[in-house]
Amino acid sequence: MFETIADLRIGEKAFIEKLCLDNIPLKLLEMGCLPGIEVQLIQIAPLNDPLYIKVNGSHLAIRRETAEKITVVK
Amino acid sequence: MSNDKVVKVALIGNPNTGKTSLFNQLTGLKQKVGNYPGITVDKKQGFCKLNDTIKAEIIDLPGTYSINPTSLDETLVLDTLLNEKKNSFPDVIIVVVEIENIKRNLLLFTQIKDLKIPTILVINMIDQMKRKGIAIDVKQLEEKLNTKIVLASARKNVGIEELKEVILNYKKLDTSSIAKITDRIDEDYFTKLKNAFPEFPLYKSWLLITQNKEFNFLSDEQRKLVLKFREDLGCIKRYQHKETILRYQIINDVLKESFKVDKSKATDLRGILDRILTHKIFGYVIFALILLFIFQGIFDWATYPMDLIDGAFASLSSWVKTVLPPGTFTNLIAEGIVPGIGGVVIFIPQIAILFTFISILEETGYMSRVVFLMDKIMRKFGMSGKSVIPLISGTACAIPAIMASRNIENWKERLITILVIPFTTCSARLPVYAILIALIIPDKRVLGILNLQGLTMMALYLLGFTAAIFSAILLNKVLKIEGKSLFIIEMPNYKIPSLKNIFYEVVEKTKAFIFGAGKIILAISIVLWFLASNGSSKFKNAEETVIAQIESTQLSKKELQKKVASYKLEHSYIGYMGKSIEPIIKPMGYDWKIGIALISSFAAREVFVGALATIYNVDNDSENTGTIKQRLAAEVNPETGEKRFNFPTGVSLLLFYAFAMQCVGTLAIVKRETNSWKWPILQLSGMGVLAYVVSSIAYYILS
Repeated sequence: MFETIADLRIGEKAFIEKLCLDNIPLKLLEMGCLPGIEVQLIQIAPLNDPLYIKVNGSHLAIRRETAEKITVVK
Repeated sequence: MSNDKVVKVALIGNPNTGKTSLFNQLTGLKQKVGNYPGITVDKKQGFCKLNDTIKAEIIDLPGTYSINPTSLDETLVLDTLLNEKKNSFPDVIIVVVEIENIKRNLLLFTQIKDLKIPTILVINMIDQMKRKGIAIDVKQLEEKLNTKIVLASARKNVGIEELKEVILNYKKLDTSSIAKITDRIDEDYFTKLKNAFPEFPLYKSWLLITQNKEFNFLSDEQRKLVLKFREDLGCIKRYQHKETILRYQIINDVLKESFKVDKSKATDLRGILDRILTHKIFGYVIFALILLFIFQGIFDWATYPMDLIDGAFASLSSWVKTVLPPGTFTNLIAEGIVPGIGGVVIFIPQIAILFTFISILEETGYMSRVVFLMDKIMRKFGMSGKSVIPLISGTACAIPAIMASRNIENWKERLITILVIPFTTCSARLPVYAILIALIIPDKRVLGILNLQGLTMMALYLLGFTAAIFSAILLNKVLKIEGKSLFIIEMPNYKIPSLKNIFYEVVEKTKAFIFGAGKIILAISIVLWFLASNGSSKFKNAEETVIAQIESTQLSKKELQKKVASYKLEHSYIGYMGKSIEPIIKPMGYDWKIGIALISSFAAREVFVGALATIYNVDNDSENTGTIKQRLAAEVNPETGEKRFNFPTGVSLLLFYAFAMQCVGTLAIVKRETNSWKWPILQLSGMGVLAYVVSSIAYYILS
């Protein structure tokens, strides 16, 4: 079972392992979301979506469906 | 000043880097906002004196994270930088980066640098350096990035003079790339690409083939080549990803040596604020309170200057009549132009107050938190968290609101947002509501503190939002558009808003309204006046006819005049127009005079009040030019002897104006933004039918 950003707990950090490139917008990579980079889940919005993450110095919010496509290793 | 003494400068940077502050600092009030031909993106331009003979023309391009656009705004950056033949093609580019997010900001810089246009790197917000424990080795950074770096703090006016100096000497700037990235992706492929377009910098050719759009500056031959390269889409996508990874590698290498952060100095104010502002309960409570505060501003504080303006224009009209000799020209000024201008000016307080609030919320970074909080909720209605800002802006004016929806990545979410925005209560509806409420709702307090009229106004706002939400739900079910979700939003650090930036923003938005919508309103007021003061032969012989009719009875001169005036209005061109639609609007409880106001406010709602003013001004004896409200209150329905603006008619009118799509400007902008007549026509007919049905039912039930 692969873990993705969507499986992290608030405050937890992990390293991005793989991005499913066909479904991930280029913009997300360009904003610093790259393989091997540390990602931290900062906050989850009240209705469980979107997710607020810190990656490569950037603070971003992405939707759960996108986060589920980014696998991580702790 | 001759043309060769102007240096064309393009200002580029990620959002939230202080690019706007830098632009304001460089240009001051010497800026203008225009439209790019063909599209409605605002083009912000300004001038800046470099020395006695040379000045810089600075174009502020929309903020973007990358040269690869994901929204309409960002496309503009690419278009400006690729087309050398275009007038706006820059001599030199300034890339603004912010010290704290320098790593991500530099991605855009490395892309721009590969286009071989002279480029200056401005590192902004250096006043934060010490506090954040950041140290930079500028010399080393300049060497590694082959560029000239200017350290600046735009808000504190630091580094601006040095930047001007560097712009002056732009010809000395190094235009070489930082690293041959293309070779590291696939040397063979890029050699082939280079040979295909020998006249372009290699990176420009790469951009030409990676974008899914037509470039009309290319020759037919070049276009064919582009299409051929585009055939292998999978390969392009792979290489784009590889390119991004390589760029970040280079940036990391460069920064490792020359950029250091002492993490122990970092404070976690951001974390604390985020936890409160995006909290599952407090987050919404705070947002609701802020909204309440904003609406309080629009309804309550704005009424004082608005009453003043209303009164001032009424007295100006009377004054004109007493000073100028009586005649057509005087009437045109006093009854056409002055009320027309007044009808525009009266909106300024509300628009200015609303945009002050919105720009404060954006400047502080709070708006991104609202997007974050609201995204899931808005998605249930087929919209995005990013639809919240346009919907709030819609309470000022739908036109900038629809333009603000451009940053919504998903087409379906964006389209639904655009389609429902006109339901939100824009400021053009406010004067209509205000006058009708004043006429039909008593100025009483309930429960001691709540004003009945204010509550009615609040209810109408809620009605607008409810209509927007329900139509969004409906559209979400009906529209069959598939689209990938690309929702990404940066959560910028919190900042204290800059007064200067807010001021410029408010001035710009207000100006745009006055000169955009204002022209339509003024023109319609004059046309109306003309149609009301000219008519058939009966109109011309009004006096004789009336005198002949009432031969027997003795009337005072004043009463006679009144009879003549209303006979005239009935037989004026506009009177005929109003009468011809009377059967259609009767179910809603309107007579032909209200019909006239409806016709004239078809192009812009706010004209309703001005139109009524014009109509009843023509209808009244000329010495008595009281405020519009007094004139309307005195109007009597000849059939029933009741007041014309009684409760059922008033409610019906309120509902009609809440739902009907009466704004030519909005229709035009929807057409341009959706690139089709289909959507504005759908809006016009859908909202029109809804308004007619609801108003008729309400009138039937109430009377």
